Amino acid sequence: MGKVIVVTSGKGGVGKTTSTAALGAALASKGERVVVVDFDVGLRNLDLVMGAERRVVYDLINVIQGEAKLSQALIRDKRLETLFLLPASQTRDKDNLTPEGVERVISELRRVFDWVICDSPAGIESGATLAMRHADVAVVVTNPEVSSVRDSDRIIGLLDSKTVKAENGERMEKHLLLTRYDPNRAERGDMLKVDDVLEILSIPLIGIIPESMDVLRASNIGAPVTLADASSAPAQAYFDAARRLCGEPVPITVPGEKRSFLGKIFGRKAA
Amino acid sequence: MSIFSLFRKQRSAPAARERLQVLLAHERASAGTDLVAVLREEILAVIARHVQVDSDRVTVKLDRDENVSILEIDVEIPLTAALAA
Repeated sequence: MGKVIVVTSGKGGVGKTTSTAALGAALASKGERVVVVDFDVGLRNLDLVMGAERRVVYDLINVIQGEAKLSQALIRDKRLETLFLLPASQTRDKDNLTPEGVERVISELRRVFDWVICDSPAGIESGATLAMRHADVAVVVTNPEVSSVRDSDRIIGLLDSKTVKAENGERMEKHLLLTRYDPNRAERGDMLKVDDVLEILSIPLIGIIPESMDVLRASNIGAPVTLADASSAPAQAYFDAARRLCGEPVPITVPGEKRSFLGKIFGRKAA
Repeated sequence: MSIFSLFRKQRSAPAARERLQVLLAHERASAGTDLVAVLREEILAVIARHVQVDSDRVTVKLDRDENVSILEIDVEIPLTAALAA
């Protein structure tokens, strides 16, 4: 039985889709069977970030409505053969996402894949609560910025109340993925530090993704950042996060803290 | 103000941290039910039972502090309304 992960945040634009694609590709590159599922009905984008936008025939809603079989809707990645995408519908209304339908699709995917990664829409409406409903693990994507932290706190509350795990009295495993972290700004005292966010949200950290041009470059060419440039700083951070998801004890390094004195003087970029 | 502060802007991250801590303490405590909103509605309803309250003449202020919330309701009661009641 595979593990179901929800990548969620409450706030939009913090990096849910980027992180879903990057983590999915990182896990699949280890040989794990992975499906990434886009729950953002009406505003799908995971297909675009994965570079599969021209190959979408059927979507999640088609499967839920019984108009297509799951095997017909799944799109195999062209780079990694164990990585699949289940796209969201672009035209249908999100009301077509029924609790029963989602439950059926998730349990079918769970049988076939090692990892089912659900990319949640922003907000706290039905799309977001359905994306998290059947999750075993939640990755809460947060930017070191006040509105993102507040919304993450709200989402953590929902994870602890509106999920199947919570309703059964089980503990939902939650991890913080801090994205767009700029060590220079944090050091100057103009960005919340890693410890600040951890103290406020009090869930364990799964990774820190540094702010980087490589993320935009990857989405420009339609590749998860872990495939576009596997040696880049954000890709390395996602690979580490993926290993931690698998239970490997990988120590967390805060970007910027291992720089040498000279590096601090000469390597500082204008932020 | 030291001479250095002229060259260096105040660091903003500590303010972000403090504001979040206060805000989230309140939001977590009142998850689901907003006590302050309930109190506001009920207090105004009681006043409205006795005098005609002009909604433009009501000021409701809220101040959320670290440990307490202060709800301040100012209702202007015109002399004529008081006589009518």
